[in-house]
Amino acid sequence: MSLLTNAPEAAAARETPARRRRRVDRLPYLLLLPALVIIGVLLLWPLGQVVVMSFYRLNSVRQLRGDREWPWVGLGNYADILSDPFFLTVLRNTVLFAAANVLLTMVLGTLVGLLLNRLGRKMATFVASCVMLAWATPALTGTIVWKWIFDDTSGLVTWLFNALPDGLSNSLFGRSDWTGYGWFNSPLLFFAILTLVVVWHSFPFIAVSVLAGLKSVPSELHEAARVDGAGPWRVFWRITFPLLRPVFGILIVLSTIWDFKVFTQQFVLAGGTQDRPTFMLSIYSYAEAFSPPPKYGLGSAIAVILTLILLVVTGFYVRMVLRQEDES
Amino acid sequence: MKKVALNGAGLLVALFAAFPVYWMISTSLKPSREIFSSTPQPVPTHPTLEHYREILTGNLIPGVSFVDFFLNSALVAVSTVVLSGLVALLAATAVARFRFKLRTSFLIMLLVVQMIPLEALVIPLFLMIQRLGLYNTLPSLILTYLGFSLPFAVWMLRGFVAAVPKELEEAAAIDGASRAQIFRRILFPLVAPGLVATSIFSFITAWNELIFALTFINDQSRYTLPVAMTFFFGRDDTNWGPVMAASTLFTLPVIIFFLLVQRRMVSGLVAGAVKG
Repeated sequence: MSLLTNAPEAAAARETPARRRRRVDRLPYLLLLPALVIIGVLLLWPLGQVVVMSFYRLNSVRQLRGDREWPWVGLGNYADILSDPFFLTVLRNTVLFAAANVLLTMVLGTLVGLLLNRLGRKMATFVASCVMLAWATPALTGTIVWKWIFDDTSGLVTWLFNALPDGLSNSLFGRSDWTGYGWFNSPLLFFAILTLVVVWHSFPFIAVSVLAGLKSVPSELHEAARVDGAGPWRVFWRITFPLLRPVFGILIVLSTIWDFKVFTQQFVLAGGTQDRPTFMLSIYSYAEAFSPPPKYGLGSAIAVILTLILLVVTGFYVRMVLRQEDES
Repeated sequence: MKKVALNGAGLLVALFAAFPVYWMISTSLKPSREIFSSTPQPVPTHPTLEHYREILTGNLIPGVSFVDFFLNSALVAVSTVVLSGLVALLAATAVARFRFKLRTSFLIMLLVVQMIPLEALVIPLFLMIQRLGLYNTLPSLILTYLGFSLPFAVWMLRGFVAAVPKELEEAAAIDGASRAQIFRRILFPLVAPGLVATSIFSFITAWNELIFALTFINDQSRYTLPVAMTFFFGRDDTNWGPVMAASTLFTLPVIIFFLLVQRRMVSGLVAGAVKG
């Protein structure tokens, strides 16, 4: 408050130019200080700490509180994980799920972006608003609704399959009565539904970003190509894609990062952390650490593996961008 | 012909995207008899608010109702918004208004920390919360969400601060205004719309979060809404009417807020992707 009550002339008179400069120099750092402390304590410190924890055997909350000793096991947790055949299942689930989801999200999102660019004004606004609804819906409630749609007695999908002519349903799937059918029981079907939920939730961001990118491309280029007789497929790969390559690069990396660590949707769809055959890295790490008996060290090691994979993805991308910069 | 095909495709996309939201609201308004009938009704034929009445007046556990969970969530989200907005505004002013040595390093760090998979931080943050004695308290969540929302908030606000013409501040300085006065009277009112947009983003982050809330809170009366919903619903033989009513009440504020800021979120997330 003293700053406000001081007459500015008096303050200026008391300050030598050198003093004034020093104060100005310090000010930005003072303004940054709270943000730096928060990011340091709440993001960077835990990132280092999870690596440290992965080298210890931590099986009780008392150890975390510091009441008990931390036995050092070196790379023991990593050895345990990597020698467990179950880890291979989890890794395969994670990689295949992420690959399928990134691909489907990118393809659907790009198509919808291109579509929105071609639609008339009113129609485009209507479709974009609906697409926004899917994006805005929280992962939690979005998943709960899909779970209701796949409910085994009164769900919409169960009803749709029951409505199929019995003969057709029998010859295609070997059953005509779908009431009570467990849609989430086989891992493959579970992953298919999880993919539906995740793609539904993430394609809007891709569509809107691609649309924003398309708006920045001069339309003369497309018209010229079309006049020259190029079909839509050719126009996309020869003109649109090369121009939007940086946008696609960022979108693919963001999607990969998001799809590698899907948690909420899986947790809600599976109803907790009991469904081990459908585990992926993030839920595996969580379940090892927090389902009794707790294994915080082992969970940390899995979290570190997940982080390393994402680091490689990010690294690849940075190299890709740098190479592009060199060429141009 | 081509136009019809395009419009048809547009309608299909709209249906796919919006249907679950419609189905959630529609189910929440149907009487149970209609929800569990073997032929689903596309629209509620006998609309009713009974499920809303049930969750708003009934208790999920003795003495604790949906409203309490709603208030827990609101308290956590609003506290996160206020703290994160304040800290982000200071930091954004620093990077948008000053040239100093570590400026570029700070900006790069902001981008990098946004790539950290938060799911990997549950265990070390659980340790921190235990050591600070914050386990089973709502401040444990406020603190966590503050860290999660801050980098993006600074990133987003930076643009808003930079957009305020420097000349305004210089003119005020010549007229004898102090730094604090310039901040309060000139910068703050002009950045306010950006602060609202940033706040909405932080609010959504805190409001939607599940894993950390699931891990840091043990006492059922302190559950946030997402935890309460996964805990009390989604068990076997789910009663979908109240679940959809609760989901609607949880989702609506997010959708409204989200639509207010979505434009800025896209430009924030893909900032710098298109050259020029």
